[in-house]
Amino acid sequence: MFVVTPAQAQSNPTEGTISETGAHGGETHGGGVFPPFDSSTYASQLLWLAITFGLFYLFMSRVIVPRIGGILEHRRDRIAQDLDEANRLKEEADAAIAAYEQELADARKKASAIAETAREKAKAAAEAERTKTEAELNAKMAEAEKSIAAIKDKALAEVDTIAEETATDVVKHLLGGSVTKAEVAAAIRAASGK
Amino acid sequence: MANDPIHQFQISKLVPIEIGGLDLSFTNSSLFMVATVAAAAGFLFLTTANRGMIPSRLQSISEMSYEFVASMLRDGAGSQGMRFFPMVFSLFMFVLVANLLGMFPYFFTVTSHLIVTFALAMLVVGTVVVYGFWKHGLHFLNLFVPSGVPGILLPLVVMIEVISFLSRPISLSVRLFANMLAGHITLKVFAGFVVSLGGMGALGIGGAILPLAMTVALTGLEFLVAFLQAYVFAVLTCMYLNDALHPGH
Repeated sequence: MFVVTPAQAQSNPTEGTISETGAHGGETHGGGVFPPFDSSTYASQLLWLAITFGLFYLFMSRVIVPRIGGILEHRRDRIAQDLDEANRLKEEADAAIAAYEQELADARKKASAIAETAREKAKAAAEAERTKTEAELNAKMAEAEKSIAAIKDKALAEVDTIAEETATDVVKHLLGGSVTKAEVAAAIRAASGK
Repeated sequence: MANDPIHQFQISKLVPIEIGGLDLSFTNSSLFMVATVAAAAGFLFLTTANRGMIPSRLQSISEMSYEFVASMLRDGAGSQGMRFFPMVFSLFMFVLVANLLGMFPYFFTVTSHLIVTFALAMLVVGTVVVYGFWKHGLHFLNLFVPSGVPGILLPLVVMIEVISFLSRPISLSVRLFANMLAGHITLKVFAGFVVSLGGMGALGIGGAILPLAMTVALTGLEFLVAFLQAYVFAVLTCMYLNDALHPGH
């Protein structure tokens, strides 16, 4: 096929006589010429290629390319914008968390301060109560001691009288005689070493 | 005729038009160019009509093809290359949809004709040359003089660079054309085996399983090639445009 073609192409009418082939119509194409090398069809193919591809190019460059380019651009912008928005929201959330934690820490500090003062106050009140009670108890103790001393003194003072009476009675019963009070007292004083 | 693997590339006139002696008929090739453009433009237009913030599945296909070509161009030609984005995107979508439409049985493959792929390649190289000279003036010719080459080797290197530059439109167009042509011929040949073996009785039907499996596998491969060639075409376009933007290597 490929070998035959150039000879065939040359036997075909060249530039000047192409009109003749055109006039012959389809019959010539049915002949032995390998179709891609049949130069009589070139003019028509070139023309229609120029028309169709030209229109196609115009349509692509005027309509399709700007449109798809626009879609992609718009989407890219939108994604970038959404990412920015997401970043902004994240920063806001971080700030809110930080503020919350700050507040929490403050509240904790304040609570412990309140607890501390309450403890101090309670301690002071307890201390005051204790001192007061102690003072009262001390006062009572002193009073009690005083009264004990008084009672003791009084009792000690009466011991002599009782001893005198007892001695008088003992003497009366054992000896049958009577003894004067003064004598007994002297005797007791001597016995007790006074 | 039915089994002729070349028949599928035949161009037939649908509406004969002749102007000034030139045959400019609306052919099946023209029809599929219109279909390619209509399908690609219609898909891209309708799927993005909602301009959804969250894309639907079809909308994300459109967005993916946009971003695919955009990253290809940015990697290949830098951010300055983005001014050529509509052209590269149009080329990629046109070639891709033309290749994919060609995968339908009885459909014509626009890119299986050398003149079409050559015209697209010339569009690319023409853009490179025009933009290169317009932007850099004669500095654009630095493209052919790599820096750091010893003086003795320079003529040889420049010659190689010029030849490689001139062969670009040819390699760019022939690669796409030949891939589509060869793939479709191979598919047709193997599918033809299935039919002819099937007509040869029970043994033939058994034997037809092999080419049938081959046809199925090749169909999958051809879909890959359809995408891959569109990708290669677009990537090379990006690399050539890089030369126009940065001719100093």
